[in-house]
Amino acid sequence: MGAMEMRPLLLLPEIILFLGGLIVLIGGSFLARDRQWVTRVVAAMALLAAATVAAVSFAGPAEMAMEGTFTVDVTTGVARIVAALGTIIVLALASDEIDGSPRESETYALMLFATTGTLILAGADDLLVVTVGFLLASIPLYGLIGIARTPQAAEAAMKTYLMGALFGILLLTGVTILYGVTATTSYPDLTDRLADAPARAVAAGVVAVLAGLMFKAGGVPGHFWVPDAAQGAGGAVAAYLTTIPKIGAVIAAYRLVAILPETFAWPLLVGLLALASMTLGNLAAYWQSDPRRLLGWSTVSQVGYLLVPVAVAGRSDLALPSLLLYLTGYTVTNMSAFAVTTSLPECRNLNAYRGMGRARPALGVSLAVALLGLIGTPPTIIFVGKVTIAAAAWEAGDAWLAIAVFLNTLLSLFYHLRWIAPVYRFGSASEDADAAERVTWPAKPVSASTAATTAVLTVLLGVGSGVIWQLVT
Amino acid sequence: MLSLIVFLPLAAALALVLAPRLGDTAARWSWVAVAGVDLALVVAVWWQYETPAEEQLAFEQRAEWMPGVNSSYHIGVDGLSLPLIAMTAVIFLACAVYALRDTNRPRLQAALFLFLQSVSMGLFVSADLILFFVFFDLSIVAMYFVIAGWGHGDAARSALKFFLYTFLGSLALLVGFIGLYIAADPHTFDMVELSEQTPLDGSSLAGGLVLAAILIGLAVKTPTVPFHTWLPPAHTDAPAVGSAVLAGVLLKMGTYGFVRIAMPMLPDAWRAWAWVVIVVGIVSVIYGALVALAQTDLKRMIAYTSVNHMGYIALAVGAAGLVAGDTAGARSIAVTGAVTQMVSHGLITGALFLLAGVLNDRADSYDMDAYGGLAAPAPRFAALFALGAFASLGLPGFSGFIAEFQIFTGSIAAAPATAIAVVGILITAALFLRALQRIFTGHTRGKSTGFGDLHPAELWSVGSLLLLSVLIGVFPRPLLDVIEPASEVLIDLVGR
Repeated sequence: MGAMEMRPLLLLPEIILFLGGLIVLIGGSFLARDRQWVTRVVAAMALLAAATVAAVSFAGPAEMAMEGTFTVDVTTGVARIVAALGTIIVLALASDEIDGSPRESETYALMLFATTGTLILAGADDLLVVTVGFLLASIPLYGLIGIARTPQAAEAAMKTYLMGALFGILLLTGVTILYGVTATTSYPDLTDRLADAPARAVAAGVVAVLAGLMFKAGGVPGHFWVPDAAQGAGGAVAAYLTTIPKIGAVIAAYRLVAILPETFAWPLLVGLLALASMTLGNLAAYWQSDPRRLLGWSTVSQVGYLLVPVAVAGRSDLALPSLLLYLTGYTVTNMSAFAVTTSLPECRNLNAYRGMGRARPALGVSLAVALLGLIGTPPTIIFVGKVTIAAAAWEAGDAWLAIAVFLNTLLSLFYHLRWIAPVYRFGSASEDADAAERVTWPAKPVSASTAATTAVLTVLLGVGSGVIWQLVT
Repeated sequence: MLSLIVFLPLAAALALVLAPRLGDTAARWSWVAVAGVDLALVVAVWWQYETPAEEQLAFEQRAEWMPGVNSSYHIGVDGLSLPLIAMTAVIFLACAVYALRDTNRPRLQAALFLFLQSVSMGLFVSADLILFFVFFDLSIVAMYFVIAGWGHGDAARSALKFFLYTFLGSLALLVGFIGLYIAADPHTFDMVELSEQTPLDGSSLAGGLVLAAILIGLAVKTPTVPFHTWLPPAHTDAPAVGSAVLAGVLLKMGTYGFVRIAMPMLPDAWRAWAWVVIVVGIVSVIYGALVALAQTDLKRMIAYTSVNHMGYIALAVGAAGLVAGDTAGARSIAVTGAVTQMVSHGLITGALFLLAGVLNDRADSYDMDAYGGLAAPAPRFAALFALGAFASLGLPGFSGFIAEFQIFTGSIAAAPATAIAVVGILITAALFLRALQRIFTGHTRGKSTGFGDLHPAELWSVGSLLLLSVLIGVFPRPLLDVIEPASEVLIDLVGR
């Protein structure tokens, strides 16, 4: 039967990305410092090729590769397209930030490797493949965070590394336990055998695996590294690590939860993780003054929303489409917000944005749209995502989760407005010494136009969400 | 046609944003022109309008939007929404004319108000809950920027309070909508289908909870006691045109939700909770009037009279839920009165807020005691303000009388106890007369000295709003002919 063959061509997008990473890495060491941009073009082409291949094979039926350990279906397809295009956006941000800097090509290579790892996580249909994806997505991240060579970056890299090591071991332990009680790591076999296995051992194993995935996604309990890394790393890297790894991790969690037997209250557990992530992320973001750290905490809360459809996996028809829709919307919206911070790299305090809306109207509107989009204001795409995940939760009988989503949305309103407010506050120059110096507001051009493009995209995707919905179902 | 009415202002707003070289005068006049065209289109719709069959809408349009969750771009009008659309178009045009004298970033102001007009029009024509919610939420966002960007005083803080408070309301509303969606079979967000299905009939707990969520959402927006505390600061610090739109149009989104969503879709729960709505209405009427009486700040006073006026609407729609015996006719009158009140309050309070803006423009103060004898230097201002005040307190000959008379006729017939609320009219009369005395009579003193009378732009904008109020007061038939069939349908739906 077909499922038991290797069929490596089905993994063409992942292969392209990995080879692209190798070429960038090797090629970069032969290029002069001022010609490193060539590697950026190569990386972008690899990503574009991967996205194109994924789009071409998108409509096909679900297929299995690598002897049944890797699924290529609509979900994998969405993950591939979103992750590849999302990484291209990051490359655009990087072109402003690290053009001509040392270790430019290494940054791109590490991003391509980490994206490959994310995609392997997204398609994994076997616990060992999950492990491989986890490691391939995590190890490049440590390097990416530390590559900025600042004390904060070093601390963040150290913290991420230690957390990653801990949660990686937890993940491996979980895989070992599950293998121990079922003698298999393949999801189709686990589906049959988990129900008969000792319930407590299964619970311990699954909790450990989920914990590992939560580290990758940046959700409670594995979230501690996210705000530090978002603050300490470079802007493009921060945009990358708060967005792309989540795609693989959350989908992997969905695939795992979907096969779990009812011997344990999994929906409740995942629902509580979701609640904890969104609430903690929102509360912690309240008084942050560094915009990137604020966004870092905000992404923790976004993982909470993303876990809602995971919690109701298999119990509502809306769960999977709403998850994919939300992931797509979140990627675009979060990139837009980070693009504003990389276009104004000197503004590392919310008050520094004072008056920006007048000096740079387009950038101001982009920021407002992105932040309102993150809150879930209609008609942006995250609004549609929030409505559908809430409907999915309610349909599955977890109305409390739907209400938690909306209460948290309210909670998140305040800190996003704390950032929008100074942008549109036009004080007199005397009371505004900080901003008065910045008469010209030099904004990085590529980041600024990326911010505007993605902001427009969040609205267009929201208005056209019916089309996306049909694609993902 | 309806889509054009909704999206024409939006297109104009985008054009204004994308034309940074446009001069200030051109921007202001193009705003007036677009608002005028939109009003003309609404008039054309009114001209061709024929009362649709029960459970149907006129000028209906439907296009797929999110088929996965059965939400579509579904719009249409009936006797409940058409008057509000017309009122919205009138108020926005009046604001455009009034703002001809504004000098603070007129291009962006015009764009923002045109966007807000699109959103308001869209809300009143929506026949899909998600579409309704999209416009509901966007109205909050746009008004936030109006207050924060063009307000005075402690504008940033008031804007934030407004945003947080009304956003809470909108989320409660959304929870209620999703509850309706889940309960419907097949799941749908379509308003017409939901009114046919009444999915939560018979399950009093779920129906009550969903109604509670929707009521809280609408009550915050309306606002009724105890959810009104965002209103006075928002009004006080908003620019004059912002206040006029906020009071004239945005508050109606809450009361419109009662008659469009809560009553036809949850008739069972509405009947069960009708007394709660009535009590909230009576408390809003009396409390709003009493607090308004105690104000020294003119704009705050008008803001609190809005709470009072919205209370009459809550009272009427609550009384419409008291299904008993042969009161259907009376309850229908109450609903007609409620819708008339929405239109009337929009026109009158819009005019009053624009007039209050003149005070701020000339003398930078809303404090009534800072003025005195203003009638001498500013006779036109005094005349129009007196007209507005008499209209607002419900004097016969103005639209407010037609509205409140019907509300009380219908409500008292359905529930005699509601007669207590008549006290509200008495207090409102007292407070407006006192305000007139304080500001306009006596020797010219304080800030009244050297007060410039109304400019043509102010005169025309305020004057036309008040003229319409008088026209409705004297010839109410054309308006009532549109509303009455819709009220009867609504009473049928609630009585199911």
